[in-house]
Amino acid sequence: MQFNPKILKTSTFRLAAIYLLVFALSVGSILAYVFWNTAGLLERQTDATIRAEVQALADQYRLLGLRGIVQTVQRRSAERGGGVYLIADANGNRVAGNLETVPPQVIDETGWIDFPLDIQIGTNKQRRSARAFHTDLKDDYELIVGRDVQELRQFGDIIRRTLYWALGIALVLGLGGGLLTSRNFLRRVDAITDASRAIMGGNLSSRMPVLGTGDELDKLARSLNEMLDQIERLMTGMKEVSSNVAHDLKTPLTRLRARVESALRSNSKTEYRAALDKTIEESDRLLQTFNALLSIARAESGQSREMLQTIDAREIVEGVAELYEPIAEEDGGTLDVKVVAGLNVLADRQLLSQALSNLVDNALKYGVTEENPKPHIQIEGKLEEGNVIILVADRGAGIAAEDRARVLDRFVRLDSSRSKPGNGLGLSLVAGVMKLHGGALLLEENNPGLRAKLVLPLHESES
Amino acid sequence: MQISHSRETESQGIGRNLDSMRILVIEDDRDAASWLIKGLTESGHVTDHAANGEDGLAMAQENLHDILIVDRMLPKMDGLSIIRALRAKGITTPVLILSALSDVDERVKGLRAGGDDYLAKPYAFSELLARVEGLGRRNSQEPQETKLKAVDLEIDLLTRAVTRAGQTIPLQPREFKLLEYLMRNAGHIVTRTMLLENVWDYHFDPQTNVIDVHVSRLRSKIDKGFDEPLLQTVRGAGYMIRAV
Repeated sequence: MQFNPKILKTSTFRLAAIYLLVFALSVGSILAYVFWNTAGLLERQTDATIRAEVQALADQYRLLGLRGIVQTVQRRSAERGGGVYLIADANGNRVAGNLETVPPQVIDETGWIDFPLDIQIGTNKQRRSARAFHTDLKDDYELIVGRDVQELRQFGDIIRRTLYWALGIALVLGLGGGLLTSRNFLRRVDAITDASRAIMGGNLSSRMPVLGTGDELDKLARSLNEMLDQIERLMTGMKEVSSNVAHDLKTPLTRLRARVESALRSNSKTEYRAALDKTIEESDRLLQTFNALLSIARAESGQSREMLQTIDAREIVEGVAELYEPIAEEDGGTLDVKVVAGLNVLADRQLLSQALSNLVDNALKYGVTEENPKPHIQIEGKLEEGNVIILVADRGAGIAAEDRARVLDRFVRLDSSRSKPGNGLGLSLVAGVMKLHGGALLLEENNPGLRAKLVLPLHESES
Repeated sequence: MQISHSRETESQGIGRNLDSMRILVIEDDRDAASWLIKGLTESGHVTDHAANGEDGLAMAQENLHDILIVDRMLPKMDGLSIIRALRAKGITTPVLILSALSDVDERVKGLRAGGDDYLAKPYAFSELLARVEGLGRRNSQEPQETKLKAVDLEIDLLTRAVTRAGQTIPLQPREFKLLEYLMRNAGHIVTRTMLLENVWDYHFDPQTNVIDVHVSRLRSKIDKGFDEPLLQTVRGAGYMIRAV
């Protein structure tokens, strides 16, 4: 496991370090509490016993005098309970007790002393720890009562050592865990970075690694992958569009070239003229196609979203209806408009008018059948579930359900419409404009005919 | 294409002779510029040519021209900067902007910079000529006119009354607007796009020739029952109300 200094800079590591500090503090205080309640408790109990005994002996001395306590001390010194006793006279000579001399630690009148104690066990001399309380009795006698605390001290040491170890192990585990977590996190972030580098390098099919753990990194990787899927779809779509464009422009260009070539060969002034007239017509149609493609691209890229303004869709509907109404009448048909007020939308007046005019134009062109040659078009503007709805319905042949998605693609023309003028871009533009406006174009059955439905979000004005 | 008659039928009421406008063409593409200059000269106008932005600005600042035709993308200084510089100096010569950028918002940018009209490339020469001459007229027209007259057809802009030979003709609001625009340009060709832009304020191509239907409706109202047709169709170019 090679140490990587980068780890120290990661947010995970910083978090792990703070966590570790808090962890160490709590483990430390728990261990201190354990110590206080085990080794500490025993020492306090020993001290209490010693004090009680000293008190008892002092009382006895007051009542019975020196002889009274000497007897008691001699009896207790003989017991093998680990007790340490000494009554010494003013010169420090032993009067009674199992301690030979006054330990050098005794300096003041009364208090606790800790001192080493040498005991003879068999032939071995053993040095042990003792703790005692000494006090001056009347007539300059000195009383020392204590206990052999060797076992107690050893027990305390064991407890202390155990606790230090526990603390140490906890810290090491915490630190190691923190480092491991950071390293793991870093490795996954690095994997994501590497994947995005690869994608930037041109490998669009590459994806972020997903472990399937469902954690935040996985969620991030998933949404990045979804984004990449969308981009890849767009790119593929664009490639398709380019080849469609190339194909659809090749046909009129070939026609144009052939016409010019044959006119040149004819050597007749009238043919020249006719060919030039046709050439202008054809190139105008090509330009129309180009302009339509550009408008679609612009609407789809959404770059002009900042141009959108609050407008009443009613004005758009009425304007377009007014533009086309004479045409419907010219064809012996009708164009009915039913629109309510207050259809505020955030829109580009030109683009939305163009989209609607495409739908009405389609209805006029394709909304007729052999039995029903007069266009009857209904345009409706209304509110529905918080959306602004604009309907354009005709009574023509309609579009079969399975073709409805397809006709929104660029250059798709259904066989039934090939005989009529058009470039197969009208509905693509409408769909693109709807996308720009955050709306949708839906094609529905009108029984008979087609009902094109524009759905736009209602824009609540601030006032 | 026969356009030249637009000069022959020039109305006398306007106080300047449009026969010979002096037009500055600022366009770097040599072929496009020579095609434009040839057409304008053939239509009877005098032209000057600048092939880059700086020269164009210098020439336009002399304030000798009736109309400026400015390409948007030019070497040394772009078209919109030229227009801004001119307007900042108080030079109000009408400007027609030419541009390959056809989007509506590009058009708005051009007009905001101080351009008077915007024409997307490629364009038909008849369209350009109609617009250039329209700009020339706009510059010389008296703005406070309240009545427009062409032969025996008269419209009152205040009362919105239309009469021909003393006979009142009722018109729908849009028909009135259409007629007003044609009358303001009486004796001159207006194209379908000019009508769509100025009467309807639509800057897109409605594919079907909707304008033709509207014009023929208007024609049936103002010409029906009269011997002399006033609203004429100019083949391959547009429409014109006869001035005399």
